[in-house]
Amino acid sequence: MAEQQNNKGSWPRYRDDAPVNSPAVTLEAFVEQPDAVAVRIEPGADVRELIPHLGRIKLVEIGFPVFGDGRNYSAARILREEGYQGEIRAEGDVLLDQIAFMRRCGVDSFAPAEPIAAEAAERALGFWPEVYQPAADARTPIWAKRHG
Amino acid sequence: MIILTGNDLKTGDVVWWDGQGWSRHLADAVDAGDEAEAIMAREEAARRVNAVYEIEGEQTAEGPRPAHIKDRVRGRGPTVRPDLGIQAEAS
Amino acid sequence: MATMYKYDDYDQTMVDARVAEFRDQTARRLAGDLTEDQFKPLRLMNGLYLQLHAYMLRVAVPYGTLSGAQMHMLATIARKYDKGYGHFTTRQNIQYNWIQLKDAPDILADLATVEMHAIQTSGNCIRNISSDQFAGVAADEVVDPRPYAELLRQWSSFHPEFSYLPRKFKIAVIASDEDRAAMRLHDIGIQMVEKDGALGAKFFAGGGMGRTPMIGPCVREFVPVDELISFSEAVLRVYNRYGRRDNKYKARIKILVHEMGIDAFRAEVDAEYEKMQPLDLEPPRAELKRIEAFFAPPAYEAAEDGYDLSDPDFAIWAETNLFPHKVPGYAAATISLKPVGGIPGDASADQMDLIADLAARYSMDEVRVTHAQNLVLPNVKQADLYALWQELDGAGLAPANLDRASDIIACPGLDYCSLANARSIPIAQRLAERLAPVERRLGDLQIKISGCINACGHHHAGHIGILGVDKKGVESYQLLLGGSAAEDVSLAKITGPGFDEHGIVDAVETVTNLYESERQDGERFLDTYRRLGMAPFKEALYG
Repeated sequence: MAEQQNNKGSWPRYRDDAPVNSPAVTLEAFVEQPDAVAVRIEPGADVRELIPHLGRIKLVEIGFPVFGDGRNYSAARILREEGYQGEIRAEGDVLLDQIAFMRRCGVDSFAPAEPIAAEAAERALGFWPEVYQPAADARTPIWAKRHG
Repeated sequence: MIILTGNDLKTGDVVWWDGQGWSRHLADAVDAGDEAEAIMAREEAARRVNAVYEIEGEQTAEGPRPAHIKDRVRGRGPTVRPDLGIQAEAS
Repeated sequence: MATMYKYDDYDQTMVDARVAEFRDQTARRLAGDLTEDQFKPLRLMNGLYLQLHAYMLRVAVPYGTLSGAQMHMLATIARKYDKGYGHFTTRQNIQYNWIQLKDAPDILADLATVEMHAIQTSGNCIRNISSDQFAGVAADEVVDPRPYAELLRQWSSFHPEFSYLPRKFKIAVIASDEDRAAMRLHDIGIQMVEKDGALGAKFFAGGGMGRTPMIGPCVREFVPVDELISFSEAVLRVYNRYGRRDNKYKARIKILVHEMGIDAFRAEVDAEYEKMQPLDLEPPRAELKRIEAFFAPPAYEAAEDGYDLSDPDFAIWAETNLFPHKVPGYAAATISLKPVGGIPGDASADQMDLIADLAARYSMDEVRVTHAQNLVLPNVKQADLYALWQELDGAGLAPANLDRASDIIACPGLDYCSLANARSIPIAQRLAERLAPVERRLGDLQIKISGCINACGHHHAGHIGILGVDKKGVESYQLLLGGSAAEDVSLAKITGPGFDEHGIVDAVETVTNLYESERQDGERFLDTYRRLGMAPFKEALYG
């Protein structure tokens, strides 16, 4: 894991490539700007509108204005199901206890409003040695291990 | 009167603002008056109380009486189990 | 040994991991690293509420099945951490009312030693999955529904995409035409069915009670058994993406289904389901086989039907509280937790221990919890029934009132619940006292009481329903008639203006008196109401 800096401090990032620093534009603007490589998805936006453009996207920033709004867990997973390999960054009211599930949905960097320390993130992810269901990560579900 | 009530963070016990701290006995409740907001913010931030809120009540011969039945039940315990809750300790 | 799912190392690892995680979260809350707002959803997903008097812990009883050892542990927890009793709920779970936050991680650790947990018993996630309390023993089921409930339990546990849904999500699985689990009143209702010799699921979605009760429409007539998980995943994804989040009272899936219309909702689900086909979300057949093997019928002894009914008290209990078993010479016995004047669903630690012992001796070590807040010993030899009854009777556990007027469902109400507007339990107690003397005459009568509009007491589904409301600081009770949670599912209607706590008891008696004078041969209360309609009942009540 690498860390990345912003004006609020550091945040966990789980990619080896260079961070994308171009500003994430709105979905509406992105569709109209052929040069844009970073897009922001608000909860409630239809992430599938990005499917025709996946080839040029380097960063999808998914917004969590409040931690209880779970729509963008689906958005992240849909992007991965469609084969998107670029960065998915969870931004906003992202809490330590949520990052394990976000990782499973395909999020690979975090820009929480309240900084999350790298050790704390490692610890939170470390609670889960197994998973019951396949998701957007590479983890093998328990049922597959049982019938290996 | 303005009564402040909440729960003890660790134990969950129902507690009442007694002017100095938090008492398990409704009888100790005092009027928080204009200080209510400030007391709640300060005490909750210090984790001396959890899920605190203010209620209306009146001072009666038997002591402070919350206006709503819900808080009167909180002040004694389940009406169907007089052997449980603070009401069981008082007797 | 009980016929039930047993954890392997993987399952145990997951439950132990959850205990460790919650211990960490609790420590962070006590240390001030988490605010209450941040901690609340975490504790709720571990069944921990802050209620009227203390913290309340809701422990999951997956599809209502318990072993004797598990029941003993529930008793131990009641003694060690609570005030010596627990409360069985309409979701087939058990709640403890006097829990301390500092003890909660230890309780979860104790539960984990007997393969139990409180995972997802609250919060905006997929809740404990409920089922027919007679699963595996009912003659009318096409298959034991519990393996499919277990498959869904594992899939829904710690689901990364569906843990911050718009609102809570409840699933019920049954396998007979007779519905003993209020299946159509769940967010997803699944009825296992056979079609052309193949096993599958009839899928309903968008049912529920609460402030806007709805009967769930059918989303798909037949989902093959090895597509159960992917189809569920599709339904949940549509709900997670499109369910309303602007108003918590309109956030359940029933509102989405209702506002979209079932055809549009079905089209969305079908489209999502198509997209999921290549994703390999479905556990293999071998996994289903592995789970099914745990539920293989136990070794029943060859026996004849029939038992001695010479003790008249026993005969009444046997006539009322027994359910026919698919194996000759056996019966499923309901232990009523509804003594007249008692608290519906409450059991003391001593009673729980006794029931665990009785399960070991008389019921192949198995106990079930029913959504009507009773317990069942599902595998009792008919030859043992009299001895069982004597022991139950000695412990106050033999009320002969299953589905009678005093077998009342009641939520905890304002005696325990911080959401309630009025007390439920005292109304249940007064009603039971009033009607018990005539309940055999009244026959099948289901009275259900909720202390607020959230409807935990299932008042919409009562033949007679009662809803407590707050009328300017005073408890008031509305009367509803004509609901059913069974296969003839219907929603009860309000009679008119409400009553005070004494008036509501009189009002129910007025209604049952009218039934007695108007009923035609063999009619249940519900049948008479359906035949006559509301008008004569209104006239008798408000005249």
